[in-house]
Amino acid sequence: MPKQTTPSQDLTRGIWRENPVLIQMLGLCPALAVTNTVVNSLAMGLATFFVLFCSSLLVAAFKKVIPHEVRITTYILIIATFVTIADMLLEAIVPEVHKALGAFIALIVVNCMILGRQEAFSSKNTVPRALLDATGTGIGFIIALFLMGGVREVLGYGSFLGFPILGANYEPWIVFILPPGGFLTIGFILLALNWWERRKAERSKSDVPGAVAVERAA
Amino acid sequence: MGNVAWIFISAMVVNNFTLAYFLGLCPFMGVSGRVDTALKMGAANIFVLTVASVCAWFLNTFILPYAPFLRLISFIVVIASTVQITEMAIKKLSPALFRALGIYLPLITTNCAILFMAISQTNRGYNFVEGLFFAFGAGAGLTLALVLMASIREDLVFAKVPAIAKGNAIVFIIAGILSLAFMGFAGLLSA
Repeated sequence: MPKQTTPSQDLTRGIWRENPVLIQMLGLCPALAVTNTVVNSLAMGLATFFVLFCSSLLVAAFKKVIPHEVRITTYILIIATFVTIADMLLEAIVPEVHKALGAFIALIVVNCMILGRQEAFSSKNTVPRALLDATGTGIGFIIALFLMGGVREVLGYGSFLGFPILGANYEPWIVFILPPGGFLTIGFILLALNWWERRKAERSKSDVPGAVAVERAA
Repeated sequence: MGNVAWIFISAMVVNNFTLAYFLGLCPFMGVSGRVDTALKMGAANIFVLTVASVCAWFLNTFILPYAPFLRLISFIVVIASTVQITEMAIKKLSPALFRALGIYLPLITTNCAILFMAISQTNRGYNFVEGLFFAFGAGAGLTLALVLMASIREDLVFAKVPAIAKGNAIVFIIAGILSLAFMGFAGLLSA
């Protein structure tokens, strides 16, 4: 973890450059398991965001009170409490989505991304900065899930958010809404990201060194 | 006994925890580099799953009927303690293995497979013996997936992988193909 970061870095870091799912490979289990439609992905993303935000708030607020030896257990208990709340909220507001997500809502407790942020950031920083970090990481998680859900729903059902967009003649690739589709989708998304990174690196290499320096300074 | 055998086979191959439910992906990606480490990680998982299954059954039968809202919290505490005990035992019995598993050993706590097993055991209303076979089958399935992946990755070192697919991308694509292969077992259950 970098020693000194500005508040805006706290916020933006998790969104893309250190995206929890696509770069750090955390929280993969929900990112693959419930992303067969866009609606499910968004519900899971928002529920996780809620849990992460509230847990970061509590952990940062009580960091002086929590004994170092039992900190992990304490974090897990805080997270489990908010997951129980999120579970009840989802059941009351959107019962169908709650049914579709099933046991995976309870599994937010063991999302390593949430525990990771508490241990790496919230327990060492002030409340506002912990909240900024939680917001950034949470948005990054939602973006990754949205990306997965979008690709899988469009290819697997030929629709987006339930609206058919690929026409009646499109033969859905059922495999993308089944488990193998999850692995393949994230595999190909990572492939595309790697290609993008390499292209960027090669371009900056082929440029005149001075031009790059000017560009960075500007 | 037929029922118990089906629970075992179903948890192990048909609904393989890793390849059909995406559970335990962290160790699946992290310690699947070598076959012997993968085997030991699988064994540690089987142990924790079995103990957690017994504890979950105990909690469900004697305590949770009086306080259903505590289910998630009590399960996670039990799992965390079980992992802690396993960790201490391995550290004492085999320091080399302890080092090989590294951070992934305490992370069994946040391995979704364990919690998922405890919750679905409850939801499906398994009795004590059924729960044990379910946990054992789930652990065997995790180990199978880990070992298969590790064997492939050991050979992958010698394969020519395109530069952009190096690292996690190729591992996920291989996992997708493995998962596709495991879907072939789906026909077993309806038979």
